[in-house]
Amino acid sequence: MKFITTNFVKCAIKGCQSSTEAFPLKYEDCQLAQEEQEYNPEFIAHMLERLNWPAIIQVAKDLGNESLPPTKPESLDPIMEDDQAVLRDLHTLLLETQIVEGRMICRNCEHVYHIKNSIPNFLLPPHLC
Amino acid sequence: MKEYLIYLAQAYPEFRRAELESLADFFGIPLDMSHHNVERPFIIVTLENDEQAKQIMKRSILSRGIYELWGQGKTYEEVHANVKETSSDRFGIYKESSFKFDFIAYKGSRSNNERMEIIQDFSYLAFEGGVRMKNPDQIFSVLEEYNVNGMEKASEPLHIYFGRQIQLSARTENVLDKYDLRKRKYIGTTSFDAELSLVTCNIGQVGPGKVTYDPFTGTGSFLVAAANFGGLPIGSDIDARALRGKGEKRNIQANFKQYGTSLNFLDVLTMDFTNNAFRQDFGIDTIVCDPPYGVREGLKVCGAKHPEKAEGRENVVIDGEKAHLRRDFIQPKKPYELSDLLDDLLFFAAERLPVGGRLAFWMPTANDDFEVNQIPQHEQLELLYNLEQVFNKWSRRLLVYVKRDETYKGETTNGLKSQNIKNFRVRYFGRFTEESR
Repeated sequence: MKFITTNFVKCAIKGCQSSTEAFPLKYEDCQLAQEEQEYNPEFIAHMLERLNWPAIIQVAKDLGNESLPPTKPESLDPIMEDDQAVLRDLHTLLLETQIVEGRMICRNCEHVYHIKNSIPNFLLPPHLC
Repeated sequence: MKEYLIYLAQAYPEFRRAELESLADFFGIPLDMSHHNVERPFIIVTLENDEQAKQIMKRSILSRGIYELWGQGKTYEEVHANVKETSSDRFGIYKESSFKFDFIAYKGSRSNNERMEIIQDFSYLAFEGGVRMKNPDQIFSVLEEYNVNGMEKASEPLHIYFGRQIQLSARTENVLDKYDLRKRKYIGTTSFDAELSLVTCNIGQVGPGKVTYDPFTGTGSFLVAAANFGGLPIGSDIDARALRGKGEKRNIQANFKQYGTSLNFLDVLTMDFTNNAFRQDFGIDTIVCDPPYGVREGLKVCGAKHPEKAEGRENVVIDGEKAHLRRDFIQPKKPYELSDLLDDLLFFAAERLPVGGRLAFWMPTANDDFEVNQIPQHEQLELLYNLEQVFNKWSRRLLVYVKRDETYKGETTNGLKSQNIKNFRVRYFGRFTEESR
């Protein structure tokens, strides 16, 4: 599971649909791995538009990274040196960081989901379907 | 406006018009294909400029190439007269360009000598740039269409076109060979044919930077097809095994590496589509899929098959931990009806797609009891295409919908449910007999 994917998923339980607590999930006991990806600054800048930044900060914190800027970096220019560094960092965090194993917990209902062999599992037990 | 000749592929002729219209619409290019004839390999269309022709043709799977039309006729006398009459102002433009001639005889054949003779007759074009076989500035094409009656080959063409090659298609540039399942690192029993998955992505208007979701991913056939067109594919499946693959060299990621599109690939999740984990405002631009209609495996979703037996299991504790929260817990599955799943799919698409976003999926139907109202409808989705691929006793249809804004009021219907059409699997294994209905 790529770090960026944590920004797309919430608790799958219907009762949590309208809860603001169900996104992002809380990441615990995560085992991380770095997987090299081709660096494409335009791609990162484009992805950034789709991201919920507060959730990125929160999940990064769960995983022990507290160095992100408090507001979403806007209109980054790959030609500027300062922006270049930010884009590089984001590339490493969002696309190259894999969660190999770990637990995802809903802050609303406390249901626990597992990440197994780098694939998050959102299947629900019968009583929660 | 100029006339262009499109040389179409003789594959899935019923799908050709939909593909080209969808590509044109994707690029915002007006294209009239209403005169398309599934029997003919050529069609003349009107476009503003070469750039438009290039954009459309570069992505096409069901065409071979596009040509600026210089003239046409039933005989070469007619062709030459037509070229001189309509295109003589073009001769000068390419006077200095290096060039070569290309010869296409559709369902016919010409010896090299015959070809040379025919090409010689175009000498009035008076090009002076010199012939260059490799990377010429311009390629001029003679395209002949022959009529074949049974086993007998016609000796004279039915119609002849002459034009300047603008762009060859993705198909002609060998994209089908590249995505051939036999050469793909990781495939499975549910892998979807490369050609039709690429066509599905074209008609579904997958495009650069567009998030493309396949809720029934399996081995990821639609995901790699979407990435080929610059899409950002994300997939989910209720079956974790297919997503996991068979080791590092044979899994979905390995396929993206093989095709050089790893950067586009977002992720895959183990998920029951009917209990969806994507946040409400996660932007999904396109949905392409082949729902599990259950020929190879029965259609299933999460839940207990016998709820009364499963009662109280949520309280089972193992090693001080609730059993259903443990890493090794296997979530039970229960059978589900195709008609319900299609309802869920349409509802999801209507809710999540942006206005103008497309849903493209395949649906199997038994030929003996098919009626058009079995195609599910949703009030926010307009059905654009219902394209049929016919097998012996059944068909599969590519259904393509577009999400409309609030002013559009369609009807929500599901004929499968209201007519109590049995699961396709029952009919399939009942060999489509009367008793299986």
